[in-house]
Amino acid sequence: MPADKADCNANRLFAPVLQTTLVMRLLEHIGKYTLLILRCFSRPESLSVYYRRLIREMEVLGFNSIGIVAIISFFMGAVIAIQTALNTENPLFPPYLVGLAARDSIFLEFSSTMVALILAGKVGSSIASEIGTMRVTEQIDALEIMGVNPATYLILPKIIALMILAPFITVLSMVVGITGGWIGGTVSGVVSTADYIIGIRYAFIPYYITYSLVKSVVFAFIITSVSSYHGYYTRGGALEVGRSSTLAVVHSSVVILLFNLILTQLMLT
Amino acid sequence: MIEVRHINKSFEGEKVLEDVSVSFDQRKTNLIIGRSGSGKTVLLKCIVGLLEVDSGDILYSGDCFTTMNRKEKQNIRQRFGMLFQGAALFDSLTVEENIRFKLDLFTRMTAREKKDRVNFCLERVNLEGKNRLLPSELSGGMKKRVAIARAIVLNPRYLFCDEPNSGLDPQTAILIDKLISDITLEFNMTTVVNTHDLNSVMEIGEKVVYIHEGKIWWQGNREEILDTENRELNEFVFATRLVRQLRKLDDI
Repeated sequence: MPADKADCNANRLFAPVLQTTLVMRLLEHIGKYTLLILRCFSRPESLSVYYRRLIREMEVLGFNSIGIVAIISFFMGAVIAIQTALNTENPLFPPYLVGLAARDSIFLEFSSTMVALILAGKVGSSIASEIGTMRVTEQIDALEIMGVNPATYLILPKIIALMILAPFITVLSMVVGITGGWIGGTVSGVVSTADYIIGIRYAFIPYYITYSLVKSVVFAFIITSVSSYHGYYTRGGALEVGRSSTLAVVHSSVVILLFNLILTQLMLT
Repeated sequence: MIEVRHINKSFEGEKVLEDVSVSFDQRKTNLIIGRSGSGKTVLLKCIVGLLEVDSGDILYSGDCFTTMNRKEKQNIRQRFGMLFQGAALFDSLTVEENIRFKLDLFTRMTAREKKDRVNFCLERVNLEGKNRLLPSELSGGMKKRVAIARAIVLNPRYLFCDEPNSGLDPQTAILIDKLISDITLEFNMTTVVNTHDLNSVMEIGEKVVYIHEGKIWWQGNREEILDTENRELNEFVFATRLVRQLRKLDDI
């Protein structure tokens, strides 16, 4: 039998087994993730200690991300404005279209989804490596032995902190993005200030902001919980911590995109 | 007192602990010894509940730990102290914050009382004035001593030590052993130490349990261990040339 035909037969033979294994692994991950998240929401041992941890996590996860979010939002706003202007160079299109397109792109998609993907890279990898390192150096076992629920102690403040701050980060990204579009558009001469302002005010639907803020809260939960899950179940050493960190970013991003689709379908159609 | 009754533990079909029954006495330093891979760390992790046993019971002063729910286990663990192999201090916290950790979570002490208690524990392990240092600024022996201070801060009833001397020079190792033995008596604890360091056995081994291929092979004390006829234990104890020569001298 030719080798390629033998391979083909082998693939056909083992395909159901492989598919079953993949499905089983996915189900195992979902089950373990759900149990971990349920475990997070148990009663904290001391409210004052958890409050201090919450404030610290708000600083580490939220405030420390403001810089990168602001820089990216500014430049993306500018690029969106210039690209829209260059692609709509037609007398049939009104000049305020640049502001309108920049506003809707930023409000609907960039400030919630794209910023969430940026945060998944920055915050997600940091959470997974922090918790993963604690796991491999037995610090999580130490918490368990002390009678502390490690899931609640380590994960819950992170989830709450980012869920509280995500809407503020999103609003900041919107403001900076719109400002970036205005500066980029006017400095490059593709749109006047008056036309840009007319554009960003034209046919404004406030619900878009609600939609964007709801998405940002859901994405904050996904980033923190998925990354914590990967960190919490790290086994081995430094290599595995790095792997968990990468997986945290990849899986958070995929789940964010999936939920973006679901939420858009639910809230905008 | 801790009683282990007929526990079994396997990983993916491979038996690591087989029908292990042993008791650890109060106010004694109980040592679990054995070669690497013999199952002593798994036994210790089963005793403290970091691993679930497949069958059998573990009793703390008569209370069955294996049948307790998560909340009950959390409660009984507040009476545990544990010294991990790598100390397992929280990297982001200072020495003082590491030791104060359980006080913040489980007591209603005032800040002054907490400070006094932390200083008492630091004095007890001869680390006065090191309150503000981070774990990364400490040597291996100092980390172990901070971990001991953290373990005893709430007057535990049970102390568990997983290879407390690994990575330490012989003199520091003896200091750590002595500290463990002293605080066992001082705090009236049941101490279980997992080690393969024969110096520890001879220094502090009031009760020694030798585990081999996942089974309890021998039990006794540090005096009896040198005269045992048990072949596997003899091979373990007299593995080094130094100990063999000491035995020869002793025979002469």
